[in-house]
Amino acid sequence: MAALADPAPAVPCFYRVASRREDTGDTVTVELTEPDGPVPAFTPGQFAMLTALGVGEVPISVSGLGDSGGGRARRLEHTLRAVGAVTRALCAVRPGGLIGVRGPFGTGWDVASAAGRDIVIVAGGIGLAPLRPVVLTALADRSRFGRIVLLAGTRTPADLLYSGELEQWRRDGVEVAVTVDHADSGWGGEVGLVTALIKPAGLAPGNSVAFVCGPDIMMRVTADALAALGIPAGRIRVSLERNMRCGAAWCGHCQLGPLLVCRDGPVVSYDQAAALMRVREL
Amino acid sequence: MTGTVAARISAHPFFAALTDEQRAALAGDAAAVMFTAGERLFDEGGSADRFWLIEDGRVALDMRVPGRGDQIVETLASGAVLGWSWLHPPYRWHFGAVARLVTAAIEFDARSVRRRCDADPAFGYAALRLFTPVITERLQATRLRLLDLYASPAELRQRETQQADT
Repeated sequence: MAALADPAPAVPCFYRVASRREDTGDTVTVELTEPDGPVPAFTPGQFAMLTALGVGEVPISVSGLGDSGGGRARRLEHTLRAVGAVTRALCAVRPGGLIGVRGPFGTGWDVASAAGRDIVIVAGGIGLAPLRPVVLTALADRSRFGRIVLLAGTRTPADLLYSGELEQWRRDGVEVAVTVDHADSGWGGEVGLVTALIKPAGLAPGNSVAFVCGPDIMMRVTADALAALGIPAGRIRVSLERNMRCGAAWCGHCQLGPLLVCRDGPVVSYDQAAALMRVREL
Repeated sequence: MTGTVAARISAHPFFAALTDEQRAALAGDAAAVMFTAGERLFDEGGSADRFWLIEDGRVALDMRVPGRGDQIVETLASGAVLGWSWLHPPYRWHFGAVARLVTAAIEFDARSVRRRCDADPAFGYAALRLFTPVITERLQATRLRLLDLYASPAELRQRETQQADT
């Protein structure tokens, strides 16, 4: 067996949970710090393999880079939905507890490449988490971009992530529209599929870069709708979720046709992903 | 909204496939209307004698569910067409509709449009071709919502496991 060229990505570092916020009934955002120095620099869209001690490891995209500057340690934020044994255990870690981190892995959203254009962000459910750094990056360098349009879909109003931040982003000039599948009596917003938000947004397809994240089927119908509007597939980016294990393109668990998603993704352009997302056995 | 109703119909992409004569005929059955927030446009089961092109605002389609009040099934925003029950017997609304914001719309007299469709099959076919994409688009959106679009693969696996255990 060949020796690993770089064993470092296989060894988790243990970071401390500095803060923990319950976003929804089953979703938690944790802020991680490395007691002995800065955590590695992630870029928006990249993911880490997070370890719950004694339970297991899962791939989770970064939801905040937490670079607070001013000489303070860099922090890393991850938003986790408790849907399995590992994510339930990770969600249960309280401030002061430890979480194993390997990474950063994979490709990022490449927000800088949208300079001079409108940014169109479409999120489905928990897919808003990996897109949060796109909003924050664009807002931090606001003059470099045109419109920032955020369209988010979720099952119910109670499932909406970052509801407080969405209001702040609105005040900061982000055009935010949210739709839900099932509304309660207090909901004053839209009800329907996330793609129904696209036409009323009045996008300029020739001058837009789109960032789409959510479950596969949501990304597919959304990217198709954006492409039908006239945004070139090469300027529509999606974040693929596959069975990432090693994170370093060694094990092949996350293979999607010619791609090893942990290395060649998770963020890929839709001209690459469209055909692969339609293959039954991939 | 500015311009005459006829000019607004002519300029709107929804009517782009119609001839000038067909658009002019439709304009003869149209009027500009405004709804205040909370104003009900129609009730489930009522006579489907109108349809609307929403120019600005938002309208919710709802259904009264005993014990749960008016449940919103979908909202329609600027640029959307509201109402297709006028196309098919029994010409009754299947849902109710209420303006959620101040809403500006062009309202069409559906009975008159229907008479034109019956009298002029070319006009009728063109009208049907306008509405078919709206109907299919909403059908597809409804089917996708049935799929639970926002469920992650992990959630679906967890649900399947729970169902298998029970």
